[in-house]
Formats: sequence, structure tokens, C-alpha cells
Amino acid sequence: MSRLDVQIGSMHLKTPVVSASGCFGYGEEYSEFIDLNRLGAVVVKGISLKPMHGNPPPRICETPCGMLNSIGLQNVGLKVFLKEKLPFLRTFDTKVIVNIFGNSMKDYEKLASSLDDAGVDAIELNVSCPNVRKGGIWFGTDRKMLGKLVAAIKESLQHSVLITKLSPTVSDIGEFAQIAEDAGSDAVSLINTIPGIAIDINTRKPKIRNIIGGLSGPAIKPIALRMVYETYRRVTIPIIGMGGIMNASDALEFIIAGATAVAIGTANFINPLTTVEIIDGISSFMKQKNLTALDDLTGSLHAG
Amino acid sequence: MSRYFTATITANLSLNSRHFLMELTSPKNENQALPGQFYMIGAGRGYDPLLKRAFSLFRNTPDGFQILYRIQGRGTALMRDMKAGTSVEVLGPLGRPYPEPSKKQTSLVIAGGVGIASVFSLVEKFPKQAYMLYGARSGEDLFYVAELRDAARALILSTDDGSLGKKGTVMDSLQELVSTHAPLLNERLIMYACGPEQMLREVSHFGMVHNIQTYISFEAHMACGVGACLSCAVAVKKKKRKQKSYQDGEPLYKKVCTDGPVFDAGDVAW
Repeated sequence: MSRLDVQIGSMHLKTPVVSASGCFGYGEEYSEFIDLNRLGAVVVKGISLKPMHGNPPPRICETPCGMLNSIGLQNVGLKVFLKEKLPFLRTFDTKVIVNIFGNSMKDYEKLASSLDDAGVDAIELNVSCPNVRKGGIWFGTDRKMLGKLVAAIKESLQHSVLITKLSPTVSDIGEFAQIAEDAGSDAVSLINTIPGIAIDINTRKPKIRNIIGGLSGPAIKPIALRMVYETYRRVTIPIIGMGGIMNASDALEFIIAGATAVAIGTANFINPLTTVEIIDGISSFMKQKNLTALDDLTGSLHAG
Repeated sequence: MSRYFTATITANLSLNSRHFLMELTSPKNENQALPGQFYMIGAGRGYDPLLKRAFSLFRNTPDGFQILYRIQGRGTALMRDMKAGTSVEVLGPLGRPYPEPSKKQTSLVIAGGVGIASVFSLVEKFPKQAYMLYGARSGEDLFYVAELRDAARALILSTDDGSLGKKGTVMDSLQELVSTHAPLLNERLIMYACGPEQMLREVSHFGMVHNIQTYISFEAHMACGVGACLSCAVAVKKKKRKQKSYQDGEPLYKKVCTDGPVFDAGDVAW
């Protein structure tokens, strides 16, 4: 019998497959299609202190093997999340990871400590959203700020595991992962979307209103995989890998490159059953290869 | 049963060079779509094009449903070339349907161009109850006219080039209808519309001026169809009580996929 469970800091995931923030709503949207109990964790849409409206439409456009989005972190805000969304997720036997977004250090601290008090299993620090002007990505691309933020949030948490979601828009993602680790982050997740543009040549207008959006989908998989590989070489904390994972084979590539767990994002939109199909696919791969635990695979790339 | 299923294409008919009617199977015991609801259909094999496309229910059939679509881009061009017997991945039925008219109400149903796809089944469901105003660029873009004439209490066609029906827009027809049939405005009216955004805007305005309950169906780029990706935003008016919790004067967005695609025209912030 092969085991699919993995450990992210003090958090035990029954399977290495989680949803990616922003691609799975608050879990309820996909609960009619799949059994949420099978997921290692549900990672919810980024939450801010106050509700956010998001960006004006059009917010997405399709690109070759991918899509650009500029949603702008539209979310219900902390209060409604705690009251209306979290109780539903708590009815399932899966971990709840809340992605948080703030404009200031104070925002992040408030969010983190409220969610920690509410008993969420992990906080994912969103310091890499490309689609909002203030905050966010500035923390994720400034070495000093990132270290300060991670340390402050770690300090404010009693129980919740701290995951830092890294931006791919830095020259050396491994360095930023190391900064997060040194500051006390229990894990890192990567990659967020890659900023991009698409243009309508007839109107000469950008295809999304915000001009720049974040690219996701199979188009970014090789880049994401490279970044997971680079990060694995630099840190000892677990990596949650993501970026264009569409099936079990893609997920296994991330695991071999060094990911302890994988997050499924854009693929949910195309096939709402993707997460559970990947769990089944990893399971049968392990049986086929006579592997007993995922640890045997993680970071096992034969580079020689 | 699941709203995610594999459907088999049983027919894919050309209505003209740009418009097609596709008939698909759906699983037995699956709920039939209601007028105004939609399906997401996977147009490609592999990852390019990546996303499913949203199509209104055109008409239910004993074994499934039909969609009426226009060639818009790569996805629909691929669909055009699909043969009967091909299977496609489908998500649906999705979204909120048109609220049904009461027995005492008279419907004004307005369709512009391929917007007919969304309202056709509504007119068929309530025979001889609706004034149907249907317009397009030219006569060759008006479809199922005989069926509509049977189903509607009255059918008023219009074309931009005057090749079929009145020359002009559906809005011209609507104005003319109420001015020549003034007593109509004293009936209990309910209005439904689907078509280009400019038309929806004018219909909403007309509904407001004449105090007619109006429902409009929006089209939007969407990725998931189930309320998760938040791509298909439409700006709505804020309720005063809620306004406080939001920062600054930005608009409030609703999701076309799960809050719509049918909206009360009075709620939309144009």
C-alpha cells in the first residue's frame, strides 16, 4: 500500500493535492463535482480585511495553452469569510488554507491573527498578486520587506502553519524562498501567475481592461517547474508547487522537481474533477512503480 | 447525476455561413435546462484552445439539448467542423433562468442577432403569450422564423438592411409597437431581452421609462462557469446598506455565471 500523505510544517495533508488560491472559489463552488474530503487542503481565494470589488471587465482572455486574468482580488472580506464561508469548509475532513492579502504590514497581521484565532490550518501569504496596485507584490519582490513581513506574521501565529506564496517576477526565486525560510515561514508555495499582455490588433486595445494580467495554464508549466527545481536546491522547508498542472503526470513532474505538495488552479476550470483524478493518478503511478511513500519521489530528479 | 458530463454531438447543422445549430446528448435523468440557462462546452482537444465556451440553451430535445452558435473565434470555428458522433465535455445546465411570466402577464421578448439563442425556448415554453421582436443585420441572419411565428402571440421582425421585416432595429420596432398598440402598455407586461450590449442598455431604459419589469441576459468571457474564477463580472448598483462595507466609490460586481446570466435590468449599473 503506498501512502499519499505529506507533511507541510506541522500540518498533515492526507493527499499531496490542494486547490490553488483564486481557482477554487471558497470550496463550495466545486463541492457538487468532487468530494472535498479527498483533497489534502482547500486553498481559498485571497482574503483581505475589507471586501474588495475587483477590477473592471474584461478580466480574462484566453492565450495559447493558457489564460490571462486580472480579477483584482475580488473577495468577500474577512468578516463574511469567517461567518459564511469557513463554517462550510469545516464540515469536511480536509485542511483549510487561507490566502491573505493586505496593503500594509498591519493588514496582514490583523488577517493572520484573526484567522489563526478562528483555527484555520494554514495561512498562505499572498505577496505575489500581479493584479493590484498597492501592497502584495511589493512585499514579494523586495528582499527586506519580505523578510520583515514573514517574521512579523510568524510572530503573530499561535497554531496556523505559515506558507509564503512567491512571485515568479524575481531574478532568483530561490533567494526569496530562502528569505522566507530564514524569517520563519513553514513552507513556500510557487509560482503565482506570470504577468503578461494580449492585444486586439483591430481595436489596438488590450484584451483585458487592466492591460496586464497574470498568465496561468499549461503555457507556464516549464517555467514553474524550473522555479520549483531551483527553490528545492535552496531551502529545507516544504514546497507547494503549482503552475499549469493539468494531470497526474504534470503533478509528478513537480514532485520529482522538489514539491512536497501540488496545487491545481486553472485546470479546475476546464475539468472540475481534475484534483481527484490527479490523486488517483499519483496513487496508481506509485503502485505501478512499487513506491511506498511520496517522500521517495520528492526531489528525486536524476540530474546526472 | 453530475452537471459535468461527456455529450455526443448528434447533429451540427449550418444555418448560414456563420451560424450553426448543434444538437448534443445529455445523461438520462439529468435536469433539463430552463430558458436562460447555459452550458460550457469544450471546443478543443488538448490545451489549445484551453477553456470551455458558454452557450445558451437554445432548445431541449428528448435526448439532450441544442445550442445555436455564431462563429466568433477559434473555439467556435473548431466546433463548426465537429461531426455528428464526436464527443465533447460539457458543464451544465448553469446559471439562473429567466423568471417565468405569470398567467396574467404578457411578455415582450426582444432578441438581437444571436441573442435569439437565449430567448427561443422561453417563447416556445409559453405559447401565444409573447410579443416577439427579433432583429438582425439582414434576413439571412434571422432563424426559425416559422417556429417563432407559431409560438408567439405576434412576431415582429426587423433587419438593418430591410431585407426581411421592418428596416431598422428591434428598438424601432418596440417603439412602434407601443405607439400603434397603446393599450398594450396597460397590460401587465414583463420584458425579456438578449442581444448586443447597446440593445440591452436601450431595452433596460425602455423598461424603466414604461415601468416594465425587465430581465436581460448577459454574455461575458468566463473560465469556470460555476462562480469560482470571478472572470465574468458585471457592474450592478449597490444596495445602500451594503455600500458601507466596501471601500471608495468603485462599482460592485456580480458574476454573470452564477448571479446571472439573467439580471433584473433595474439592478445593472450601466
